[in-house]
Amino acid sequence: MRFMTDTWLVFSRAMRLSLRNPVWVILGLMQPILYLTLFGPLLEPVVNAPGFPPGTAWQVFVPGLLVQLAVFGAAFAGFGLIAEWRAGVVERMRVTPAGRGALLLGRVLRDVVVIVVQGAMLSVVAVVFFGLEAPIGSLIAGVAVVALLGGAFSALSYGAALKLKSEDSFAPVINGLLLPVLLLSGILLPMALAPGWLQTVADINPLTHVVDGVRAMYIDDLSSNEVWIGTAVTLGLLLVGVLYGSWVFRKESA
Amino acid sequence: MPETMIESRGLRRVYRTKKHEVEAVRGVDFTVERGEIVGFLGPNGAGKTTTLRMLTTLLEPTGGEAIVAGSDLRLDPVGVRRSIGYVAQSGSTDPEARAGEEIVDHARMYGIEAGTARGNGEALFEQLDLDGMWDRQCKTLSGGQRRRLDIAMGLVHQPRLIFLDEPSTGLDPQSRANLWEHIGRLRSDLDTTVFLTTHYMDEADVLCDRILVIDDGAIVAQGTPDELKRRVAGDSVVLDFGDQRSTVVVAELVSHLDGATDPAVEGTQVRFQVPDGASALPLLLRSMVERDVDATGVQVHRPTLDDVFLTMTGRSLRDEDQGATDRAAA
Ligand SMILES: Nc1ncnc2c1ncn2[C@@H]1O[C@H](COP(=O)(O)OP(=O)(O)O)[C@@H](O)[C@H]1O
Ligand SMILES: [Mg+2]
Repeated sequence: MRFMTDTWLVFSRAMRLSLRNPVWVILGLMQPILYLTLFGPLLEPVVNAPGFPPGTAWQVFVPGLLVQLAVFGAAFAGFGLIAEWRAGVVERMRVTPAGRGALLLGRVLRDVVVIVVQGAMLSVVAVVFFGLEAPIGSLIAGVAVVALLGGAFSALSYGAALKLKSEDSFAPVINGLLLPVLLLSGILLPMALAPGWLQTVADINPLTHVVDGVRAMYIDDLSSNEVWIGTAVTLGLLLVGVLYGSWVFRKESA
Repeated sequence: MPETMIESRGLRRVYRTKKHEVEAVRGVDFTVERGEIVGFLGPNGAGKTTTLRMLTTLLEPTGGEAIVAGSDLRLDPVGVRRSIGYVAQSGSTDPEARAGEEIVDHARMYGIEAGTARGNGEALFEQLDLDGMWDRQCKTLSGGQRRRLDIAMGLVHQPRLIFLDEPSTGLDPQSRANLWEHIGRLRSDLDTTVFLTTHYMDEADVLCDRILVIDDGAIVAQGTPDELKRRVAGDSVVLDFGDQRSTVVVAELVSHLDGATDPAVEGTQVRFQVPDGASALPLLLRSMVERDVDATGVQVHRPTLDDVFLTMTGRSLRDEDQGATDRAAA
């Protein structure tokens, strides 16, 4: 009970501050919409290439954009925490009896809500303006899965940020991890088009399974194996992220 | 409520960096009783902040133990957190947030209901000269206002024990005087125990019932401001006379005075030091009357805490002050 109240307090404070400066939320949404407009059309002719997985160009492309939106938005959340730490906000919260996990989860929850809003807007734009076809239940489930994925990355990002405590060491870590992880997940083009060795590497990447899961949702229904695997991988990442993040918040010198 | 608010035994902290180890606090022992205002006086780098961060559960001690507000630091950190307030040396508010929101949110993290939190916050804003700042973003406050907001935040849940790390650094003289008065009232009105650090000796002197002098991670002296000054430097006594003959007589009298230093005679003036000037002087004056000598002027000059620090460590706190001012100006 106490934990829920604390989490809610941290969440509403973080949300209030985000809403006061919504420029980041809007910028975060601009990127996938630019991809839709400028990169999406290039995909349409490729759909007929041999080896392209089932589904329309948009059914393949939009899930990738959703994952990218969630992962990018969340992975950079740590920068905000470094600023908070420098201002003394983190220490002032750590001296209160509030649960250490709540200090993390309240912030993660804010990021999840932001991703839900961005993801919903992206889905609506894709359906209305680009002719994405998918069952409404799948569209909602897709946003839900990437929001949880975003939660995992935001928790990891907060943990790493509080551990490193400096933008100069945090930025290369984030960039160095994100780029290969995103490239190797078939976000822009499905990995089915890749040579064998690249597919093997991508199979190890958890994000591949999340993207494949959302694609499967759009094409069939919610009961295929890919959907279950994608969801399970997302929940696994979330668990790892939250455990790591709360461990750093609990640690003495944070 | 426990009578002893802080009991520190052998509290010690070693920082390990890649290249070397720094023993920032070398095992400090002290107690703070309920209702006391106790100050840690020492130069920058002495280990004041490190000790405070250990006592407030923010930093794990490398060794030693402490009972804070009745709870064991290691066994029940949440119990400690419930009973204490902490004002960090370097700020506590988000520049983008509004002052009123920050203080209410902070109070609520102690489980205080929103209406009470707002009431407590508004009262503190008034007492600490922050009227009209409630809806201002913290980044628009002046340095002194932000410092007073930090202090208000630390007090908003009315803790039984408050830790203040260099509370008046960055305040102008009037705000400092106001803050001292406020801290005095905390004790008299709310029975709050105050533990603060400072490198200003006047602050330690005016505000604290008891001072712990810390240097290089160790407590080198402790006592009331008067005890410390009496013990270490002694009082300076300066006597002026109308003629040379009297100075000779008085110099001889002084040499029989308990604990007095050898008198220095310059012209018609005699100077010496004595552990407790206030009690030595009446004796001296009586024997001067017996020898029929009259002084034209008498001064007793109390030593400052700076004299204490100088005697204990061979360095002056004043240099430190100067350094701090230079850095702030830079
Ligand atoms: N995080 C840290 N890592 C390494 N050394 C530190 C750290 N914090 C403080 N120190 C060192 O510990 C000593 C005591 O510092 P501190 O407790 O901040 O002193 P004070 O508050 O009295 O100025 C200093 O030598 C300081 O450089
Ligand atoms: Mg300090």
